[in-house]
Formats: sequence, C-alpha cells, structure tokens
Amino acid sequence: MPTNGTTPLVEMRNISIAFGGIKAVDGVSVDLRPGEVVGLLGHNGAGKSTLIKILSGAYKPDAGEIYVNGEHADIATPRDAKRYGIETIYQTLALADNIDAAGNIFLGREVLTPYGTLDDATMEAETRKVMARLNPHFRRFKEPVKALSGGQRQSVAIARAIYFNARVLIMDEPTAALGPAETQQVADLVLQLKKEGIGIFLISHDIHDVFGLADRVSVMKNGKLVGSASVQDVTQDEVLGMIILGKCPPGATPGPGAS
Amino acid sequence: MTAPVASTAPPPSAASGSFLSKLEIDARMLGMLAALAAIWIGFDLLSGGVFLTPRNLWNLSVQTASVAVMATGMVLVIVTRNIDLSVGAILGVVGMIIGVAQVQWLPAYLGLEHPLTAPLAVVLAMVIGGSIGLFQGWLIAYLGIPSFIVTLGGLLVWRGAAWWVTTGQTVAPMDTRFKAFGGGVEGALGATTTWVIAAIACGLIIIALGFSRRRRLRFGFPVRPGWADAVIAALACGIVLAAAAIANAYPLPAGTARRWAEANGLTWPEGGLFIPHGVALPVLIAILVGLVMTFIATRRRFGRYVFAIGGNPEAAELSGINTRWTLMKVFGLMGLLCGISACISTARLNAATNAAGSLDELYVIASAVIGGTSLAGGVGTIAGAMLGALVMQSLQSGMVLLGVDTPLQNIVVGAVLVLAVWVDSLYRRRIK
Repeated sequence: MPTNGTTPLVEMRNISIAFGGIKAVDGVSVDLRPGEVVGLLGHNGAGKSTLIKILSGAYKPDAGEIYVNGEHADIATPRDAKRYGIETIYQTLALADNIDAAGNIFLGREVLTPYGTLDDATMEAETRKVMARLNPHFRRFKEPVKALSGGQRQSVAIARAIYFNARVLIMDEPTAALGPAETQQVADLVLQLKKEGIGIFLISHDIHDVFGLADRVSVMKNGKLVGSASVQDVTQDEVLGMIILGKCPPGATPGPGAS
Repeated sequence: MTAPVASTAPPPSAASGSFLSKLEIDARMLGMLAALAAIWIGFDLLSGGVFLTPRNLWNLSVQTASVAVMATGMVLVIVTRNIDLSVGAILGVVGMIIGVAQVQWLPAYLGLEHPLTAPLAVVLAMVIGGSIGLFQGWLIAYLGIPSFIVTLGGLLVWRGAAWWVTTGQTVAPMDTRFKAFGGGVEGALGATTTWVIAAIACGLIIIALGFSRRRRLRFGFPVRPGWADAVIAALACGIVLAAAAIANAYPLPAGTARRWAEANGLTWPEGGLFIPHGVALPVLIAILVGLVMTFIATRRRFGRYVFAIGGNPEAAELSGINTRWTLMKVFGLMGLLCGISACISTARLNAATNAAGSLDELYVIASAVIGGTSLAGGVGTIAGAMLGALVMQSLQSGMVLLGVDTPLQNIVVGAVLVLAVWVDSLYRRRIK
C-alpha cells in the first residue's frame, strides 16, 4: 500500500451496522489520505452505500470507530459530518425538488442578513460563482431544481458538496444518471479536486468508472470487506474476481470477507 | 463577492416574453383572482346588485377573517406533507376557555370590564392553542404517529374537552373590549384610522419594491423593467386604497351612529350622520397574520426548512435540518393561529359555545387547497390560501343572499372544491 507516512484524512475502523438482524456492514475498515481517490466497489446491496452513509452521518453504526486526521470523531448526524469537512453527493442527489439551486446548495447552512432573514441575494451570487466553475452553461437559477436536466441537477448536488471547502468528498454513483460528456466532466472535476488535496471516496458498481480515477480500491461483498489494493498492483479482472467471487488476488490486502 | 458574477448572469430582462411575464405575476394567482371576480359579478347580477355593496363586502371580509387566519397555518402543515383535522376543535376548546376566563375567572380578580381582560384573554388563547399544537406536533414528529391520526383523535378530544369546560353551557356575554376582535360596531376602526393604515400600507409596498430592486441591481442580477415595477406598485396601492374606500363607504346603522354621536358630544342632525365603519379589526388582524406568515414562510430559515421537508424529507434530513423540531413548530404555529381565530369567532358571536368551529377544519383545508397548496407537499402560498378562504366565503355568503338552502350550499361548496383541485392539476400538468 502506498502509505506515504501522512495520517489518513479519514479512517473507519471495524464498522458494523445491522438492520433488523441483517448485517448490512460487518467489521469493515477503510481509510483515505489527502489527495487520494479510493474506489469503493461491490455489487448492488454489498453495503457500500450504507458504509458511506455512516461516514456522512445519516446512520449511526452499531460498532466501530471513525477517525478524522487521526483523532476520534463522533459523527451522529449529517451536521456533525459536515463540521469535520465531510461532504456527500448522494446517489439520489438528495435535492429538495421544489427549491431553486441556491436554496439547495445552502440548505441547512443558509446565509442570513443581519436581521436574521434569508440573504437570498448573497446566496444567489455565490451560487452563480460556483456554478460558473462547474457548469458554465447553467442559467436557470430561479427555477425549482425539479425543472432541471439530470446533468444540471448533478451539478447542483456537486456544487453543494464542494462549496463549503470539503476535505473529504463522498461520491455515491456520481455518474449513474449521466451521459458520456457529463461523465467526463465529473471525471475532470475529480482530478481537479484531488489536486487540491481533497480526499475522495468514489462509490460505484462499475469498475471501469473507478479504475481510471482511483489510486486504490476497496471491494465489499455481502457487507464484508473482501480486500483493498493499489490499482497498480491488481488487474481489472482480478478486481472483478474480488467483486463477484470475493477472491482476493496476491496484489491485494485481504479483508475479513475474502473467501 | 460582487462584480465577477455579472459576466455569468443572463442579459438583464430577456427581450422576449409577454406583458405578464415581465410583471412576474403568478399566472395561478391571476386565475384565482379571475375566478373570484367571476363569482362576485355573478352573484351581484343574480342578487340584483346586493352583493357588490360596501355593506356586503364589509361583512364578507369579517366572515372570512377566522378561516383565513387558520388557512395560513394549514399551508405550512400541508406543505410538510401533513394534515391537521383538529383546527376546528382546537378553536372550540380555546374559545370555551377564554369565554369562561372572561366571564368567571378574570372578573374574580380584576372586576368586570377591566382593561386587561381582553389582552389577557388573547394571550391565554394563543398560549393554549400553541401548547395544544406543540403537543400534537410532538406526537407526530417525535413519536412518529401519522398526523392524520393524531389530529383526527385531536378533533374528538378537543371537541369533547370544549364541552367539558362548562358541561356544554354557552358562556356569554364577552368583555366589551374583547368584542372588538369580532368586528361589528366595536371592532370597526373608523374612517381616519382606515386611511392612515392604507397610507402606511402603500408606503411599505413602495419601499419594499424599491428595496428589492436596489438589492438585485447591486448584485448585478436581472431585474424587472422599471415600468413593470411601477405598474405593480400602482396596482397594489390601488387595491389597498380601493379596499379602504369600500370599508369607509359602509356607514354605521342610524341607531348606533346616533349613540356614537351623542357619546362624542355631537348633535344629531335631521338627515342623520354618515359615520363610516372603516376596516374591521379582525380583518386587519387577518391581513397582519398573512403578512407575518408570508415573511416566516419566505424570508426565514424556518420557512425554507418547511418547504425543503415538503419537497424531499430525506434530503432535508441529510442536509442537517432538524426535521422533527421543525415539524413540531409547524403544528405549534397552527395551534397558535387557532387561538387567534378562537378570539375572532368568540368575539364575533359574543358568546363561547362548545360548537364553535365545527367543520372549520374542512373549510380551512379547502381554502388552502383551493389556494394552490399541493397535498403532495412542498408547494403552497399564504396569499393563495387566504384568497381561497375568500373564494369559499364569497360562495357561501352569495348563496345566503340568494336564499339558497343550507344543504344545497354544502353541495355547491363541495363540488367547487373538487372542481378547483381538478382545474389546478390540469394547470400544473400543462406547466410541466
């Protein structure tokens, strides 16, 4: 593993969570360093989304610890996660459809005027700035996001995650609903954010998406970690074997889920 | 934070677009106003010119106040994908309690007709209504019981509690100052006050429009053309002044006017005196409630959260919004507004009866829905709901004027509700 000595930005240790007796995540450990992209792979239902929802504060784990910059972090709510600089782009985008782009980007973190009212003008100005960087053709600032195309909605969700100086970015199936051009845009963005030193968890069930962008991959199966590997040390076929069969190749560090 | 955004903004005011789109007036709202105009003119023709008289319009405004106040809260409740079936029953129990407070409890300490009786009764009404609302909100938000069930239970519980306060006896009469909340002669504010209020309202409209325009210009956002802002200001001020003029065109009845004149040391001339009613206190209260609720819904963080919860509850939760506490506050606010409406209807009746507010829940919900609040959540405006209340009340008083039997009135109101929602759904589908 390319451990260059730095403390991990985020480390999740032995995380477990069960829903109604079914262990959705069972003793999984993953970590992420500054400027690193870690691909989290596995079939649908392997527990990837559940694992990252624990990191983003949506679920509280039954067991296990989270460390941010080497220090124990107590993440019980999405607000806690954001305080640690952990931002998430959910697979569903998690946008309030009836509210405009600025309202969504600043949802839960509204800019207020000195009188305690919503400072819509400032929020719209900031939105125009961040959208100019992400999606220069974006014009529909006043419309509810329901009226936007899939790619535009995606840009709003991304803008919300990067606007607040995220240090850790979680992207859950970020390209699932996008066309080829927009997928390339997301890939460019990932590389740009990586250069800025942001750590990124990239969740996908498609290894082709991940292989070009990730430095490392961690594979989950049935809620357990099959193994983690640097992308140079394994082939795509070997990773496919990890996903489908749970078979850990020699180049990877096996986890408890390896058969 | 200022200049660089201007380059990305679209050119100010796209050249195309119709007259209406330049005014940025909501087409839906315009449709409702057209429907209201049709109802008013229709009833005026059918009743031989009785409907559009200052007297009838003044009464209409007073009759609308109570339901309109509650409808503003129902908008927020429905926007969060909930419902409140208990508003009429809460109005009933609060009305009973403040009735007894004025007639029995407070006089025991303050004496009859004490100046503090009315304000204390109003505060009591708001506290009790708000507490009941918060309690129901807690059951809904924190215990996860569906609002339909909690408030259906509430409907029975609070109606029963209203009976329990006096074991069904009607309490009357109310404190004289308190009676002003119901309108009538005590609650008519008079010509001068009405003009002053209208002038202040016009001033505020112009200031608000100018302020929002300057702010958008400062950030380099597109603004309406100057003439469009002027037209809007003129329209809004025109409506305010016309309403004031109508309220001032309705004179006090001769006997009351005479008593008023004598009390004020005026001689009673041969032809009688024209003493205008002016706007009624409950109407002023309803308008103020509407303004405050609009402010809360659109300018405050709380309002933004309410709409976010309605649009996507999961997204709101993931954004770090305390959705439960927000929901509990929405129901608390609804209860508080029921308390205000309880004051208005108890004062108007000059009596607290345990049947007060019966079926009000249905009128309030219907007003909100006719006013464009979507039962699917996330969509609705305060102004629309108040206009909806006015439409409902117009239908009802118009039919009373025409001497339509009560059962037929209910049939018509019910049919109109269904029709309105159908037309609205057609409109929304076309917009998409």
